[in-house]
Amino acid sequence: MELLRLLLRNALRHKLRSVLTVLGVSIAVMAFALLRTVVTAWHAGVDASAANRLITRHAISFVFPLPLAYKNRIEQVPGVERVTYAVWFSGVYIDKNQFFARLAVDSETFFDLYPEFVIDKEQFEAFRRERNACVIGIDLVRRYNLKIGDIMNVEGDAFPGQWEFVVRAIYRPRDQTVDPANMLFHYNYVQERVRQEMPQRSGLVGWYIERISKSANPADVSEAVDGLFENSHAETKTETERAFQQNFLSSASAVITAMNVMSFVIIGIILLVVGNTMIMSARERTHEYAVLKALGFSWPQLFFLIAGESFILSLAGSALGLLVTFPAVQGFRSALPKGWFPIFYIKPETIVFGCAAGLFVGLAASIIPMRRILNTRIVEGLRHVG
Amino acid sequence: MKRFAMGQKYTSAIHEVGSVTERPFIEIRNLSKSYRRDSFEIPVLRNISFVVAEGDFVAFMGPSGSGKTTLLNLIAGLDKPTEGRILIAGTDITELNETELAVWRSRSVGFIFQFYNLIPVLTAVENVELPLMLTPLAKKERRAHAETALRIVGLGDRTQHYPRQLSGGQEQRVAIARAIATDPAILVADEPTGDLDKASAEEVLELMDRLNRELRKTILMVTHDPRAAEKARSVRNLEKGELI
Repeated sequence: MELLRLLLRNALRHKLRSVLTVLGVSIAVMAFALLRTVVTAWHAGVDASAANRLITRHAISFVFPLPLAYKNRIEQVPGVERVTYAVWFSGVYIDKNQFFARLAVDSETFFDLYPEFVIDKEQFEAFRRERNACVIGIDLVRRYNLKIGDIMNVEGDAFPGQWEFVVRAIYRPRDQTVDPANMLFHYNYVQERVRQEMPQRSGLVGWYIERISKSANPADVSEAVDGLFENSHAETKTETERAFQQNFLSSASAVITAMNVMSFVIIGIILLVVGNTMIMSARERTHEYAVLKALGFSWPQLFFLIAGESFILSLAGSALGLLVTFPAVQGFRSALPKGWFPIFYIKPETIVFGCAAGLFVGLAASIIPMRRILNTRIVEGLRHVG
Repeated sequence: MKRFAMGQKYTSAIHEVGSVTERPFIEIRNLSKSYRRDSFEIPVLRNISFVVAEGDFVAFMGPSGSGKTTLLNLIAGLDKPTEGRILIAGTDITELNETELAVWRSRSVGFIFQFYNLIPVLTAVENVELPLMLTPLAKKERRAHAETALRIVGLGDRTQHYPRQLSGGQEQRVAIARAIATDPAILVADEPTGDLDKASAEEVLELMDRLNRELRKTILMVTHDPRAAEKARSVRNLEKGELI
């Protein structure tokens, strides 16, 4: 007979209570992992940001455009290797509740700066050749059952009218941090109509993206770019792509903070669940632990029994919770309107956090019962009626 | 005192006829114990002194609250006296700290409680193995020792039974097997027949008598039962914390 066997049998002594505790922990761990996944999804843009890309936008707000003429001047700034630009097209495709990004981009330079959009060479050439062609992410292919050659009719809002695009290329995200649900098409195609129908809006872009050299200091380059347009009618604000994405998140920072706090409150709840079970178990077994102490068992051996039981319950709950998290995340994603979180996956860190939470709870929940048992004199323990 | 070497069978010693030596084995000097309850000091034992010879079987009798169990707990190293000394085989156990006392108990004392105090999720043989886990014996040796101890108490065919599957008398016999498994010098028994019917009580007392006579265990027993006390070689009466 080994102590481990006694530990395991103790853990299963009150089967219903143990099962309920494990279920309680698993639900809490699942909620924890789900919240962390949502927070991760919110930060996906930040995580996907490249360290060598800068974004230049209108100094007042992102919604104000910049002149296309800025491109040549930005390209002259020391440290800038390549410049591209994009316009937020918006519009509605089939269902206005199903969101995905639609961008008019400079097709000659954009994909050079965004190698994370992996496109077949032939498809890319086909896209470049056709003025109303578009590139779509693999997620849109699945979501709308699209294929090469299909027509996508988009109803414009920021750029009014009916817009027809032909799918000529499909990109695959390089990794999980890249949005697989973008629609990208030629800036020039949009400009053709804008010049005719909205001439006052022609020659404008939404923002510039600069790739800087490895040796360049992002702050210096940003300052130099913004210095070019100081006191002009469209002053700029240049920042790293990461900072740009973080600015987007700042509007939702209260929600994200609340979710972060909630995720850790959940760990506290798990602690209470397991702690309560362990305190009940230890109180019921005060007499037995007193017998073990009388027989000569030392505190490390009693710690092994009490903390071990606590670890088993919390780790079993954590493992079950993390296991259930995978279908739960998929279910959560399906329940959301399409496009809310284009990048929605369980980060390895979330799994590690879940396991760490289980270990922490296992240890912490055993401290109070352990103290009680060790502080109870043997003769008092032997008199105890559980 | 004869101790069992590894692998030596209890059964080989059980036929030896034990005797009481005159050398003091347990020496109690001016022992006092009092408890504090809030601001009150409650004396339980008052200046007790006596000796117990090696291989003796002593019964402590007296009314409830006379301090019998407290005295037994002090001698067994389960509690610390307020004053006085307890010398057992030359070791003053009042000088030992908690850790040393735990080691001393595991080697020197076997416990027999009124309500058996078996671990309900362990089988009879696993319960008997518990104190053996504190010895350097290997797993197989522990199991062999535990099975031998169970055979000595007449439960060789109940090794895989859980306490709930045994009668009260059988449970107490498992507890006795647990108490002798490590071959301790002293057995302390607190009302060992208090929860048993007459027949089971008789069996348990007979077993204790054999352990004393044949294995030369020094036994200290607290009891209310005069028939149990009759099995002892000597009886000491306590009243209001004093030996009379």
